[in-house]
Amino acid sequence: MIQSASIEGLLPTGVTAERFAEGFRWMLLSRTVEDKIAALYHAGKIVGGVYLGRGQEAFSAALGMALQQGRDVFAPLIRDQAGRMAFGDTVLSTLRTYLGSVLGPMRGRDGNIHRGEPRKGMPAMISHLGAMVSVVCGVLMSRRFKGETGVVGAASIGEGGTSTGAWHEAMNMAAVERLPLVVAVANNQFAYSTPSTRQFACDDLVERARGYGAQGISIDGTDLAQCIATFDAAVSRARAGGGPQMVVGRLLRLCGHGAHDDASYVPVELRELAENRDCLKAARATMLTNGWASPHELELMEAEAYEQVQQAVAQAQREPRPDPARETWMPLASEWLMEGNLQTA
Amino acid sequence: MDAAGVGMVDGRKPADRVSITYLEAIREAQNKALREDPAVFLYGQDIATFGGAFKATKNLAKEFPGRVLDSPISEDAMLGMAVGAAIDGMRPIVEMQFADFSSIAFNQIINQAATHYWRTGVPCPLVVRLPSGGTSGSGPFHSQNMESLYAHYPGLVVLTPATVGDAYWMLLEAITLNDPVIFCEHKFLYYHLKADSLPEERLPIGKARIMRGGRHATVVTYSAMLHEALAAANELARDGFEIEVVDLRSVKPLDTDTILASVARTGRLLAVGESFPWGGVTAEVVSRIAMEGFHLLDAPPRRLNCKDTPIPYHPNLWAVHRPTAATIESSIRDLLKQ
Repeated sequence: MIQSASIEGLLPTGVTAERFAEGFRWMLLSRTVEDKIAALYHAGKIVGGVYLGRGQEAFSAALGMALQQGRDVFAPLIRDQAGRMAFGDTVLSTLRTYLGSVLGPMRGRDGNIHRGEPRKGMPAMISHLGAMVSVVCGVLMSRRFKGETGVVGAASIGEGGTSTGAWHEAMNMAAVERLPLVVAVANNQFAYSTPSTRQFACDDLVERARGYGAQGISIDGTDLAQCIATFDAAVSRARAGGGPQMVVGRLLRLCGHGAHDDASYVPVELRELAENRDCLKAARATMLTNGWASPHELELMEAEAYEQVQQAVAQAQREPRPDPARETWMPLASEWLMEGNLQTA
Repeated sequence: MDAAGVGMVDGRKPADRVSITYLEAIREAQNKALREDPAVFLYGQDIATFGGAFKATKNLAKEFPGRVLDSPISEDAMLGMAVGAAIDGMRPIVEMQFADFSSIAFNQIINQAATHYWRTGVPCPLVVRLPSGGTSGSGPFHSQNMESLYAHYPGLVVLTPATVGDAYWMLLEAITLNDPVIFCEHKFLYYHLKADSLPEERLPIGKARIMRGGRHATVVTYSAMLHEALAAANELARDGFEIEVVDLRSVKPLDTDTILASVARTGRLLAVGESFPWGGVTAEVVSRIAMEGFHLLDAPPRRLNCKDTPIPYHPNLWAVHRPTAATIESSIRDLLKQ
């Protein structure tokens, strides 16, 4: 294995070899987890859908790495396995949720990518796109009311999600309140099957940032070093009081919308463009080219990630599933207000 | 501060006042909550310096600087923001300028706020104040009643105060609940409804109140329709009919036991609501009594709602669109004949 002491060097972006390697590890772990989940899905072992972040790991991991769990807030979306784990989510929590273990954070009441742990700064997403951005704004307002400073909130969205009114309302609100919000817009070129040309008409979504009064930057979302440098800087600016930051990453979703979708609508020639490369392969090549890991060391890292995932699968599969007889069926915290619990006169 | 915990109203102590309106009670409840709980803040359109479209937050921004905030015209984001603050330990009160506009926030209310505790185990304590119901000349988009829609969704508490005291005490209780509360305050009652003072008597959320005892028929209603029903009962009393009037106060939870007990005494049921007739609170009341109290009924239960059209603008049309004392009286007379 590589030791941190053995990592030297600096990329043109100013990102250290050590930080780049950390990002690569999250990307690798994310891809490994998701490949396993996809396999389990096709074997009929998963309850519900599977949504993968293949091709978006660099962009996602860099955002998660730029944040600090315990201090910051992160509302991930469906292609953020890498960023979730970089922020503090675990392989086990992921598998528990996908496999329906009652020990997972959603206890079988919700599944897959809806998992969240609000008390650890990770709200649980709802499916309605754009809706989580204002929730992050609310947590940031709460911290402001409490006098906590230096807190940053981040939210992920795709280019399709930026077409919603919810997203627009939240971006405007964040700017009006000058909140320390970082929004990561992964322009993966397809919203389910709809190409970007049917989604928006400006040249680059980053043009919208100025309209909101946010600071915008558009980057190559497949370049890990660029992603790390950009998100580190955006989070620092937000933390220092610079107001909302909007980072747009250009990349291609290298999978279907969900595991049920073969993405046959994505033209082959698009997949072959250099700019639509696989960010994980690119990061791996950077590790090798710079001598930050030998082929053997990379193989060891891959084996280690695989083993970690296998162990989590085995554990989550052994764990109990939710039992309808033990479910409280209680949607209110004020339990006495559930009909049936009301006291009679 | 007096025993009821009521502070200054428009610069006067309650003792100096001849009366307090339903609207002032709502303002006072917010005042008290802001004073007593640093987690409470108010968010809504025009609510800060301007004091709100109906002045329900008048002077509060001055008294509580930084805690009464004007929002952009973004109902979705307003509610999303409230959810984020609530799950982080705050107790936001969001004012929708009109209940009608909460349709824009519908997603955040029913999918985000209402599901949050059940999905994550983390409570989402917030109050959405909905200035509800018809007033003359307000038209299709400033007159709606939304309680039936929100009551449909699990995870919400839906309140419909009809009295000055309930407007005050139920709002205060709502703010302390660890759940999202939809607080439907009726605009028609804002200025018209007055009390000599805030009553110290209070019923907890979840209990219906028998506003008038009777033995010939039960009228179950809530919000502004309570007063129409009471007027109808007064008229019928002249002919010797004793009508029991039940104020639901809270439509979710719905106090079925109190309704059942009343129907057991009277044998006849009319459910009255101002909202649209398809489904909703009155349908729920009738269906529950039909299911659980069929044997108590001496006549088929009845419902009275507004007409099944959008709410008209012109006073001539509006006056007959919603139930009134006269139509309630007529419906009760029909019920008594059966």
